Amino acid sequence: MAHSNIDRGKRRFLVATTGVMGGVAGVAVAVPFVLSMNPSARARAAGAPVEVDISKVEPGMMITVEWRGKPVWIVRRTPEMLASLPKIDAELADPKSIVKQQPDYARNEARSIKPEYLVLVGICTHLGCSPSQKLAAGLDSGMGSDWLGGFFCPCHGSKFDLAGRVFKGVPAPINLEVPPYAYLSDTRLIVGSDTEGA
Amino acid sequence: MGKLKALLNWIDERFPLTANWKAHLAEYYAPKNFNFWYFFGSLAMLILVLQIVTGILLTMHYKADASQAFASVEYIMRDVPWGWLIRYMHSTGASLFFIAIYLHMYRALLYGSYRKPRELLWLFGVLIYLCLMAEAFFGYLLPWGQMSYWGAQVIVNLFGAVPFIGPDLSLWIRGDYVVSDATLNRFFAFHVIAVPLVLLGLVAAHLLALHEVGSNNPDGIEIKNKKDPKTGIPLDGIAFHPYYVVKDIVGVVVFLMVFSAIVFFAPEMGGYFLEHNNFVPADPLNTPLHIAPVWYFTPFYSVLRAVPPLLNSQFPGVMAMGLSVMIFFLLPWLDRGAVKSIRYRGPIYKAALALFVTAFLILGYLGTEPTNLWGQFGPWLGGADRATVAARVFTVIYFLFFLLMPWYTRIDKTKPEPERVTS
Amino acid sequence: MRKLFIAVLFAPLAAFASADELQLDRANIDPHDAISIQRGVRVFVNYCLNCHSANSMRYNRLTDLGLTEQQIRENLLFTADKVGDPMTISAGRRDQRQWFGVEPPDLSVVARSRGADWLYTYLRTFYRDEKRPSGWNNLAFPNVGMPHALWQLQGSQVLKIESEEHQGHKVEHKKLVLEHPGSLSTPEYDRLTRDLVNYLSYMGEPDKTKRSQIGIVVLFFLLLLLVPAWLLKREYWKDVH
Repeated sequence: MAHSNIDRGKRRFLVATTGVMGGVAGVAVAVPFVLSMNPSARARAAGAPVEVDISKVEPGMMITVEWRGKPVWIVRRTPEMLASLPKIDAELADPKSIVKQQPDYARNEARSIKPEYLVLVGICTHLGCSPSQKLAAGLDSGMGSDWLGGFFCPCHGSKFDLAGRVFKGVPAPINLEVPPYAYLSDTRLIVGSDTEGA
Repeated sequence: MGKLKALLNWIDERFPLTANWKAHLAEYYAPKNFNFWYFFGSLAMLILVLQIVTGILLTMHYKADASQAFASVEYIMRDVPWGWLIRYMHSTGASLFFIAIYLHMYRALLYGSYRKPRELLWLFGVLIYLCLMAEAFFGYLLPWGQMSYWGAQVIVNLFGAVPFIGPDLSLWIRGDYVVSDATLNRFFAFHVIAVPLVLLGLVAAHLLALHEVGSNNPDGIEIKNKKDPKTGIPLDGIAFHPYYVVKDIVGVVVFLMVFSAIVFFAPEMGGYFLEHNNFVPADPLNTPLHIAPVWYFTPFYSVLRAVPPLLNSQFPGVMAMGLSVMIFFLLPWLDRGAVKSIRYRGPIYKAALALFVTAFLILGYLGTEPTNLWGQFGPWLGGADRATVAARVFTVIYFLFFLLMPWYTRIDKTKPEPERVTS
Repeated sequence: MRKLFIAVLFAPLAAFASADELQLDRANIDPHDAISIQRGVRVFVNYCLNCHSANSMRYNRLTDLGLTEQQIRENLLFTADKVGDPMTISAGRRDQRQWFGVEPPDLSVVARSRGADWLYTYLRTFYRDEKRPSGWNNLAFPNVGMPHALWQLQGSQVLKIESEEHQGHKVEHKKLVLEHPGSLSTPEYDRLTRDLVNYLSYMGEPDKTKRSQIGIVVLFFLLLLLVPAWLLKREYWKDVH
């Protein structure tokens, strides 16, 4: 039989159809494989929101809890600490918290739901070290007489104020992160979740 | 399009891309009469890829530690997104790999694909088969179930039956006095990296050896004997690409249907692919009532059990089992037939092959069951287990297929081979 | 080592020579009956989870059955566990070995090793046996270390052996007779154990129903893919004679 009657159009069509359907099959197999690398139920359970009892925290003191493997600070600010916040706006890189490092309910001067308690993720926004607490104002913290209180990261010298806002002229570019959190009662917070429970 | 051609030229000046494309695909001429039995080589390659991909994904979550291994498999089954699918694909792929390989080897017996000049191709193939057995054996310990543990314990103890060096050999393999965490860790290393690397190398060698001499075919005649004088292309040859590429695609789709049916509807396969007792965590203090290897090893296990202790030693049984696998290496030199393909062989070879396949299947079945499966004979045969006697009979048939082959293939009345291939 | 090897090879013979072949009852569970499985998990949490762990089963997985996390927390979580935690137990392994002679096994995949029919039979064939330390024995699992955890529901049975002459030799029939009824009637108890076995079967492989559903789609798609693939092959092979 002659070879000249090859129906090239039909061949192209069949190659294309088989190719496309085969491609769909390939994607269909690849999707579960890729998704399998997502956090497992175990990772999600370990990263579940954490309930914190804040009844024992003294004014001017802070506690640290763990959430998703990260340190979370809960600072009970005194009225003096809160009063000091507007005074240093000029020295801060993002005093109005424009960059989205906090939920909307924490987008205020005090960067919190209630001014008295500050909740921050204790990881420096420069390269991930955990800053030291320097809550006391003045020379008590060893930060110099102008210091109004906040946090100092020993790795590269970044400084943050008592609302976790970053100073100008330090390596860290943005404010410390405020995690999602909510009040379960006056003495209990839930960190890692905006709604109760979940 | 010009850009694409220029890129291709740039590559070809530095790397034999087009040259290899031609040599192994577009201008590799295979006989045009390949039938059903010729699907299984490419399917085996596909399964190898599947096992590697699913295996890598499993390794992301599996814990190779005796105290965590069993639970980590259940973690994969439940907590890892789509983990159950990856696990079932890997376990099903393992069993289907052996089915494909056994059918692939059977093709060689049907058509004499191990005969000159393909002896080396066959040797590489048997080596691949041995590596596959090792890979499956190492992999089966990893879930750390009762069958995993005790199967490994028994097989490693077989090495203890080797005279003089046996116990030290077993100790060295295990890394401990019994199968333990040390054994698990090293079997993990073998299963995940050592044997796969060897397998990939052997598969490459297997394909190179094949392409060097060209494929056999169901008629067992050499298509290179009749070439077109102008082009040098075998008259009965067709380019692998596109003809066998499109044919193998159909084979792949059918295979995937079988594969998917098992993965999604019957991954345990009645306890043959995933054994029920392996859902019990390994307990070194509790031997299960009925230990059997996974189904693909059972023919050889039957041979082991069939040989009674001789000279106060289990070693003859171990030797017989080893020989039953190793004897495949000798096939190219045992077969003295005048023709390659069963189509032109006489009645003796056909009968011998039928007996061999029967023996293989029955030995395989017997190996999955305890030896009192069929009850006992009366006192006239010493009250022996019927199944053991049967296993002994079929073991003899199994070995005679090989040992008598030089004789019966020579005296067999063959038919004349055709000049050109038939359908 | 050689002795172990021989013992292991011949162990199957010993077992079959002594064990009675107990006819298993059919569990007849319906894996699509989510309400039955919900009833079953209730029984499991109340009666089994005291001694047996299910370390691979997370509480919040039960949302598969149509329960909300709130419902799970209120009805099934009795400890300080969070809903994302697995069903662990607080009893120490060593203590359990002392109390029962053996550690009660984790039940996460017991339905896959024993099977639904065996579990259903096991749960219903406990009988009083003063010779056993726990006071209980079981037809499906002779000399089991476990006491009859559900005895208050089923009541207590005793074993009656009836022997009769049959063609010259004695044939023994084992029968269980309910001596003291429990709070449930026999059909009610059967239904409860069926629900419990249904749950154990679900817990053994929570993705089972999802697996079959996806399988149907996959096979259908592959069947569809077979059509152009086959036509493609046939078209190109017109060249070959």
